[in-house]
Amino acid sequence: MITTEPAQAVPPAPTRPAPRGHVVGKLSARVLATEQRPSWQERPRAATQGAKSGALTVILLVIAIPLYTIVVTSFSTQASINQAGGMVIWPHSLSLAAYQAIVSGGVVGRALLISLGVTAVGTCVSMIVTILAAYGMSRAGSFGHRTILWIMLTTMFFNGGIIPLFLVVSALGGYDQYWALIAPSAVSVFNVIVMRSFFAGTAQDLIDSARIDGADDWRILWRIVLPTSRAVTAVIALFYAVGYWNSWFNIMLFMPSDSAKWPLQMVLYDYLTQNSQMVNSAAAGFQGAVPTLALQMAVVTITIVPVLIVYPFVQKHFTKGVLLGAVKG
Amino acid sequence: MTDAATSTASQPRANVAGSPPVTASPPGAVAGTALPAPAGAGARSRRRRWWDGVTRLRRDRTLLIMTLPALALLGVFGYAPMLGLVMAFQDYDLYDGFLHSPWVGLANFQQLFTDPGFWHAFWNTLLLFSVQMALFFPVPIALAILLDSLLARRLRSIIQAVVTLPHFFSFVLVVTIFNEVFGGAGLLDTFLRSHGVTSPFDFMTNPGTFKFLVTSQLIWKEGGWSTIVYLAALSAISPALHEAAAVDGAGYWRRLRHITLPGLKGITVLLLILNLGYALTFGFEQMLIQLPAVGSGTAQVITTFSFENGIVAGNYSYGAAAGLFLGVTSVILIVGANKVAHLFGEDGLYRR
Repeated sequence: MITTEPAQAVPPAPTRPAPRGHVVGKLSARVLATEQRPSWQERPRAATQGAKSGALTVILLVIAIPLYTIVVTSFSTQASINQAGGMVIWPHSLSLAAYQAIVSGGVVGRALLISLGVTAVGTCVSMIVTILAAYGMSRAGSFGHRTILWIMLTTMFFNGGIIPLFLVVSALGGYDQYWALIAPSAVSVFNVIVMRSFFAGTAQDLIDSARIDGADDWRILWRIVLPTSRAVTAVIALFYAVGYWNSWFNIMLFMPSDSAKWPLQMVLYDYLTQNSQMVNSAAAGFQGAVPTLALQMAVVTITIVPVLIVYPFVQKHFTKGVLLGAVKG
Repeated sequence: MTDAATSTASQPRANVAGSPPVTASPPGAVAGTALPAPAGAGARSRRRRWWDGVTRLRRDRTLLIMTLPALALLGVFGYAPMLGLVMAFQDYDLYDGFLHSPWVGLANFQQLFTDPGFWHAFWNTLLLFSVQMALFFPVPIALAILLDSLLARRLRSIIQAVVTLPHFFSFVLVVTIFNEVFGGAGLLDTFLRSHGVTSPFDFMTNPGTFKFLVTSQLIWKEGGWSTIVYLAALSAISPALHEAAAVDGAGYWRRLRHITLPGLKGITVLLLILNLGYALTFGFEQMLIQLPAVGSGTAQVITTFSFENGIVAGNYSYGAAAGLFLGVTSVILIVGANKVAHLFGEDGLYRR
């Protein structure tokens, strides 16, 4: 169980009379429940209120409409797409054909599995390395922890650039290998530092008493430090996972041509730039029963969905994460 | 600062004063070093310090072992490429490797600085960066002020959740989404065609408007995310200031100008400066993705120039030279930006 504080102390929302027994009314009343306006603040004029609501509505639509139309198109039949002349806004007939095609294998289904695999393995590797490094540097006065911290920080400010990295990975035999998508970006020094500062805040009493009871550092990390830092651990894991899921340039660099091994982002890129020969051929494999555009939009949709799934968990915490950006030595 | 030496350095002095030595070990750790040393014995105190280090090394060896995987990864994928930058001074050959490729001195840099393609990429980087900064920067500030003025807390957090979402999309995804809306056969295109516009304007491939395209992508993706910092700064402004001003008869705009905006000044200056530190390296993926659509005349920046010459064309040394130029100027920019931030009394990326 991940126990977390609420993201924002939502004050007990008082009270605007809701129409009784009406679900939508109740819901909107809860959403719109306001705080008490401070007594010194003037009531905004109707025009101001209108302009504000208008602006917010436009902002929400600008984000929502593209996502909506992509999802709806991915569920549309060919007739529906033809009627709309392209991207669908008003669905007339829906079908699951595109997703059935993806699930039953082919390029996109394989890319989805590869993406999930790289993300899962990469996140595990990153978390293990990050937790160990963060704990290893978290104790004040331990041998050499400042030196190690500086060795790590240096890589944040200066790096060899793309080409030497490419040659190093190639020399290690990483070209067209999955590990090349994970290992070069496995450690985020920034995450190590964030986690370290959380670990350093673990109650010293707990650690001392465990040590008196004979626990070594491995046990202290596993039994005390990690359980008391669940929230930050979860957030950093999610950030790593989103990073692996979204990573595209690594693929471009280390496996640009072996399309059988491509994760989803590269298939998406291919669709974007190459007029989607891969996705089209995948669609052709299903006897034309799947509208090409629907299949393309299904690819976009399944790239979005995992982010949407983890988003609520990250969203709770990122305010803190961003503010913690101050790098303390 | 640099080594564990800082914490041990104080100990001999304590010994000279004749007081029992103070070990820096946390309570509960093995305190095996508490042997009093005779005062004034220089050589012996040095030896003592050495033994002290050995003891601490033994005490903390588990901690050191724990950092090894991270250090190994950074060594291979961080420091080895840094050493590999010597290839910028070589005529690197894939078969000869770093050790046997011929040295050419500064020839790669001479070629680089006389290459019109490089200078085009350089100025284009600065152009795209300044347009993006000028147009992007005010957006999160305005949005934060707007969100902060909402009294409906739950509505506010819902809106905040929605506008922050695109931050977690990859640039490939963002460009694809833009393509479905603005591209040929996209939403807008279809709409205009069905309303009698015969050849609508293609925002996605038009070189002239590319700078506005990438800016709007940046705003769409990061505009909401960037408000978080400003919202935090806004909530740090004491309501008493607003109240006092309102009692004195200041209206909304006056309070905005004299309380809200000054309250945001510090963080704004800081973010502006920090962004300047990344002026030459920003937007690599975004430009690389869209290079095929608008052509290298419009989307080429120094990072993509290095990639195209080094990896795509296989001219490794030349690309590495451009990469080294980028790395060095970036460090200068980042350090300079932080110096400026310190002058403004801000913490910057690191403290003084």
